[in-house]
Amino acid sequence: MDEQDLKLDGNAAAGLLREVFAFELTTARGRCENCGAIAQVGTVSVYANAPGSVLRCPQCESVLMRIVSNGGRYWLDARGISWLEIRV
Amino acid sequence: MARAAVLGRLRLTPIVWQLGEVAELVDETARVKTLVLEVRDWPGHRAGQHVDVRLTAEDGYQAQRSYSIASAPEDERLAITVERLDDGEVSPYLAQELVIGDKLELRGPIGGYFVWEVEQGGPLLLVGGGSGVVPLVAMLRHRSASGASVPARLVYSARSLDDVIYRGELDRRATSDDQFELRYALTREQPAGWSGYARRVDEAILREVAYPSCEGIAFVCGPTRFVETVADGLVGVGYAPEQVRTERFGPTGG
Repeated sequence: MDEQDLKLDGNAAAGLLREVFAFELTTARGRCENCGAIAQVGTVSVYANAPGSVLRCPQCESVLMRIVSNGGRYWLDARGISWLEIRV
Repeated sequence: MARAAVLGRLRLTPIVWQLGEVAELVDETARVKTLVLEVRDWPGHRAGQHVDVRLTAEDGYQAQRSYSIASAPEDERLAITVERLDDGEVSPYLAQELVIGDKLELRGPIGGYFVWEVEQGGPLLLVGGGSGVVPLVAMLRHRSASGASVPARLVYSARSLDDVIYRGELDRRATSDDQFELRYALTREQPAGWSGYARRVDEAILREVAYPSCEGIAFVCGPTRFVETVADGLVGVGYAPEQVRTERFGPTGG
């Protein structure tokens, strides 16, 4: 199994994201701070095989967001996202 | 209260674990089983969404997996279809041990990107690999249940005819619904005289099944490599990337 097989997409992170955010996030659009690409969260690359989940830009593969949860605590690093547009 | 206000409030509901009781078990193939669940206060779902299922061992160890919802929003009960992966932590239990009356911890519906509702229109090009067909069949069931005549095509890649999930239902739909077309791509083993595709889905196949002018929406679901090949292929035959919605199943899906 190589890295390619471990790659999922934003759909796989939908449950986790709903634990953290009040809204369904896979239909939100976000901008990659690194390359400027704008994509729906459902389309981003997701690697869930780490201790947490890592969301990467589908264009440049730089890290958009990392979420680690443990014992009722969430640790969210969203430094790779310039903004999120959430439709309610 | 206005419908929009009610829906708005529902979206803000925190996602919670609830119990579903197994009401029916259906053998789909030798390795695939459908679990029909009775879930009290199920808020309803849209075709293409999934649920998370959580198992807890006696020592407190928990394992969680996502399963696409197989039932239509119009169906009375919630159904998920589970493929047994022999080295999996969750699927062997769900597909082998579970009996009617057992309770299962689940939460959902989850997801909003890989979703189709009749109002979105079509035509619909559905391309599924293996158990990736499950959310696509939920869309077909929703399409029928709502009486829509949106044209739809399903290209279903499976190892062999014996591995095709929902085969009876799909074949019946293809015969009875002149707006629905079904193509199988059998990648490993084909019956004698097989006239369908006998290879992995490639750009040549996609060119044959694409709607004229690449009109409508395409949904692609399956293992990561399958999804990427098909999504690239669809763009190659003229679909705009925004027309192609994808959902990848991973090796951790067991």
